[in-house]
Amino acid sequence: MTHEHNGTEPRRWDPGVHSYASMGYYAPDYEPKPTDVLAMFRITPQPGVDPLEAAAAVAGESSTATWTVVWTDRLTANSHYQAKAYRVDHVPGRAGEYFAYIAYDLDLFEEGSIANLTSSIIGNVFGFKPLLALRLEDMRIPVAYVKTFQGPAHGIVMERELLGKYGRPLLGATIKPKLGLSARNYGRVVYEGCRGGLDFTKDDENINSQPFMRWRDRFLYCMEGVNKAVADTGELKGHYLNVTAATVEDMYERAEFAKELGSVIVMIDLTVGYSAMQSMANWARRNSVLLHLHRAGHGTYTRQKTHGVSFRVIAKWCRLIGVDHVHAGTIVGKLEGDPATTKGFYDALRLDHVPTNPANGIYFDQDWASLPGVMPVASGGIHAGQMHQLVDLLGEDTILQFGGGTIGHPMGIAAGAEANRVALDAVVKGRNEGLDLIKEGPDILRRAAAINRPLEVALATWGDVTFDYASTDAPDGVPTPSR
Amino acid sequence: MHLRHGAFSYLPELTDDEIAAQVRYALGNDWPVSIEFTDDPHPRNVYWEMWGLPMFDLDEPDGVLREINECRATYPQHYVRVQAYDARLGRQTTALSFLVQRPAHEPGFRLDRVEVQGRVQQYSMHSYATQAPAGERYGR
Repeated sequence: MTHEHNGTEPRRWDPGVHSYASMGYYAPDYEPKPTDVLAMFRITPQPGVDPLEAAAAVAGESSTATWTVVWTDRLTANSHYQAKAYRVDHVPGRAGEYFAYIAYDLDLFEEGSIANLTSSIIGNVFGFKPLLALRLEDMRIPVAYVKTFQGPAHGIVMERELLGKYGRPLLGATIKPKLGLSARNYGRVVYEGCRGGLDFTKDDENINSQPFMRWRDRFLYCMEGVNKAVADTGELKGHYLNVTAATVEDMYERAEFAKELGSVIVMIDLTVGYSAMQSMANWARRNSVLLHLHRAGHGTYTRQKTHGVSFRVIAKWCRLIGVDHVHAGTIVGKLEGDPATTKGFYDALRLDHVPTNPANGIYFDQDWASLPGVMPVASGGIHAGQMHQLVDLLGEDTILQFGGGTIGHPMGIAAGAEANRVALDAVVKGRNEGLDLIKEGPDILRRAAAINRPLEVALATWGDVTFDYASTDAPDGVPTPSR
Repeated sequence: MHLRHGAFSYLPELTDDEIAAQVRYALGNDWPVSIEFTDDPHPRNVYWEMWGLPMFDLDEPDGVLREINECRATYPQHYVRVQAYDARLGRQTTALSFLVQRPAHEPGFRLDRVEVQGRVQQYSMHSYATQAPAGERYGR
């Protein structure tokens, strides 16, 4: 795209309102530096607004600009601090939408602060009137900035080594019902799930410390369940003790207690905010306790493709912040998850070098410079009958969490856990033997079920359940069918 | 009890052909394979005894199977596991680990509790087998 000048633009420093493009926020010849933070936005300008001017406005409003010329800019090396929209493309198949690429100099950001990065990049600009809608699709975090962050408290490799679990996805379940159980009953579900074969059980996002179950009681009963199950099986296990609370001080208190009880893992919700997450990540590294993140609330701003922030960006921020686990979609389960988009999330979390791949919504090469990977968690409406699809789509470094698919088993919770574990072991074994999981997966499961009653019952109960709806969020970098 | 250790521990014991298939998968990924054994199955026992060094640069699983069988013959009542190691940058860790032998009788673990203040319990686990000295735990 080229910008059409009408020849009547005022000089740069004349007082008054100028186009953002004319003030230097649109710079098609700019070559991004290896140290620049790069962002790609999907811009939907109001009718009649020039898309290049809209892109320049986004660059301006997310960096140095205000609505009018200010002479005090002349006291600074202004062009250095200006963000620059350097490329604007039509979105394939989406009239009125544009992909705008914007470069930000590293000097605009405080070292090691996601709060600061986000206050700049998504601070004011999302309410900007000339835009109908705006979405942050992807970011390239330069190595120079990556290296100012701790990254995952432990990461995938360290987590596997500390648990002694290799060569297969890990298995979990979220305790259900998520609200109302007393601490004693809740711990029973933890025990049954873990002794049946799960690696982890999990508090749900909204289990904090309510009248029916206070946090300290929950922690005590859950750890009784975990330890009994470890002794029953000889395998290390954990329960994600959710330490989310009203203040960071409360979270520290709860996390310290979890550590005192010997829990291998604690959990926080995305709702606590980036600074609190980063504090807890530092705590987790200092105390050798894994940190699980539930992405509670993200759907409010990640799901609609024209406005908000793509989860692939949130995933990158979470990796910098330093969580060890984050929920990243199942593809086949009950929650939103286009396959290509979800694979893009998993790549952003796990790979060291993530190559540009617009088909999966990855618009920049991302070099993580050996920052450890985050374990993606697949959770929400999945069951044993989908095990071959899950392993095929999501790979090995992932945690598969079956809540209803464990606890709702007709023979009981331990049987539900065993069914999932038998299915997982059988599918991984078959994959390693060279079987095609998509073609032969159902046969692998049937053969395993023939000698395992809990799996047989699980397949009979849920074998046909699918959640087949069109996705709302597709990358659109190449034409893709979606709503 | 039935020790759950490594991948496939919820499946029937692997046959030698099935073990060979897993070893072939590991070698196909350029993962050297090693054999380890122990009579202390505590899950925090990280360092099992090494049956020789990791086997680098193999193409076929036959050599690994021979070593597994020698280890089994020497320690017929020990746990024996196969480990595959991924030395690639960014991994540099075990890639696959599974049992290829377990003792005929597994007495399991005792869970000990120490009550401290505030209803806190401190837990520790003891393998009943390790009450005997190493080498005399599971009979011969």
